[in-house]
Amino acid sequence: MNAWAFIRFYTILVYTFMFAPIIVVLILAFNASQFGGFPIEGFSLRWFGELFQNEAIMRAFRTSFILGLMTALVATTIGILAALALVRYQFRGKDWITTFLISPVLVPETVLAVGLLIFLRWLHMPRSFGLLLLGHSIIALPFVVLVVQARLVGIRREYEEAARSLGASPVQTFFAVTFPLLMPAIFAGALFAFTISFDNITATIFWRPSGMETVPTQIFGMLRHSVSPEINALGFVMICITVGVPLLAGGLARYFSRKKV
Amino acid sequence: MARVELKQITKSFGSFKAVHESDVLFEEGSFTTLLGPSGCGKTTILRMVSGLESPTSGDIMIGGKRINDVPIHKRNLGLVFQNYALFPHRTIAENIAFGLKYRGVSKADAAQKVKDALEIVRLPGVEDRYPSQLSGGQQQRIAMARAIVIEPDVLLLDEPLSALDANLREDMRVELKAIQHRIGVTSIFVTHDQSEALAMSDRIIVMSAGRIEQVGAPEEVYNNPASEFVANFLGASNIVAVDVKGRGADDVTLEVPHFGAVTLHANRAVNLGDAAKGKLVIRAEKLHLSDGAAPEGAVSTKGVVEAVDYQGQLARYFVRIGDVQFQAMNMIDGAPFAQGAEVSVVLNPDDCSVLANEA
Repeated sequence: MNAWAFIRFYTILVYTFMFAPIIVVLILAFNASQFGGFPIEGFSLRWFGELFQNEAIMRAFRTSFILGLMTALVATTIGILAALALVRYQFRGKDWITTFLISPVLVPETVLAVGLLIFLRWLHMPRSFGLLLLGHSIIALPFVVLVVQARLVGIRREYEEAARSLGASPVQTFFAVTFPLLMPAIFAGALFAFTISFDNITATIFWRPSGMETVPTQIFGMLRHSVSPEINALGFVMICITVGVPLLAGGLARYFSRKKV
Repeated sequence: MARVELKQITKSFGSFKAVHESDVLFEEGSFTTLLGPSGCGKTTILRMVSGLESPTSGDIMIGGKRINDVPIHKRNLGLVFQNYALFPHRTIAENIAFGLKYRGVSKADAAQKVKDALEIVRLPGVEDRYPSQLSGGQQQRIAMARAIVIEPDVLLLDEPLSALDANLREDMRVELKAIQHRIGVTSIFVTHDQSEALAMSDRIIVMSAGRIEQVGAPEEVYNNPASEFVANFLGASNIVAVDVKGRGADDVTLEVPHFGAVTLHANRAVNLGDAAKGKLVIRAEKLHLSDGAAPEGAVSTKGVVEAVDYQGQLARYFVRIGDVQFQAMNMIDGAPFAQGAEVSVVLNPDDCSVLANEA
């Protein structure tokens, strides 16, 4: 066996190891049997039906969805402003602020989660949806900043200077020129933020107020009792959302960019 | 339209002084070029007039009003950039109408003005296209249209031709000058290209290292450079140390090594003052080579062609005369001189000028 064949074999093994569990979940979601396992006893959408009947799961979905949207909104707004400051202006301590903004990616999530909790206790504030939103925004912010910053560097300053020379105030310039040119990055950043929030579990477990569940914590809670076929169906939906949304967005972005430029 | 005046203006970036104390006047309706190598401060001056930079000290006056503290979007200027800076997400019509929106022009009036502006830059009918669908030269015309449609007090052009290829650049400079002439707006043009400056300007301001070296009409700056820097920057020049032998009522006689005595008209020696030693500036294209003997009475000497830089209708020769190498740019008549050819070098005193010896 030559080296290349070995590498090919090894690569296939690695990918199988990575994707087999996911594929198992996807297949079992359609299994008719009560007990999740092979061999499959027949094709059924029964578990999806049960899923939509399950009040707790639907509530968790709504929570995750709203949390994801609001995280995207908050992280994107702050991210755009931060990126603008970092790229377009010179000020003292810029490198430090950049590192600081990016640091949530570098700090282990558990440390970040505990830290934020201790900070809130110190402020005598209870855990709440607001905390969850704040926390998720902190985790998502670095991605938004990095994406928007990268795009902003590529937008030549002359566009803004031209707009200003033609009579647009700084704010008008931002909305007429900078914002539309940044749009693809803003879109991508918001999407990142949404997905990061939507499937975050580690920090969410620390931060959620009692009684509130997001989809991942709901699955986690259900797993403690047994692996029910419902969870497979829920896993299927989660995978569709976290993979499908970015793919769809990427496709849309490419479609619009081709149409105009 | 307005005249622009800079009074004792300076600009520093940290400890680097980009512009030293300068007084500049841009006459109403004139086309003035700031010419110099990169880093000489010409762009900094343009950016200070536009409001993109604020001066460290000194005043900027437009139409007699001090505008140091007026932000750029209230200055009513037209700005044209080297890389066009057309908004890529907007159509040509939207690009040109951009400035009109902030001036409260109605939609119908704006459409008419856009049409007129496209007429002026001779590119009608492209309203609905996007910038990326136009060539570089066309994009620069649109950028011009966008800048002039707001009827600016001053038009600022920051190396607008440098991104175009050579042939197009020469067409565009004629075009640009014609547009400026038609609308008569005070224009400030920044370039490092001496031929653009000579071709387009009413007045040229030559700058070097943050200082103004010379101000004058193109012919004046070209024929009577005020310094060695100007002589070298505007075309190739030979600069020769000379002794002043005598001064007449309206002429000056110089002793030029190898060539002997040369008499210049006094108006070619305005920059000499009453120095005893000077520097003779001999333009490369004013030094003529011939293979026969020099004509009777001409100032000439013998030299050897050391290298030939063939350029088509022209050739640049490097000619050794004694221990000095001269450059001569001559039209090619028949075949160019070969390397190693012995030639007569003829100098026409009327084409030379002399500077005081600075050292």
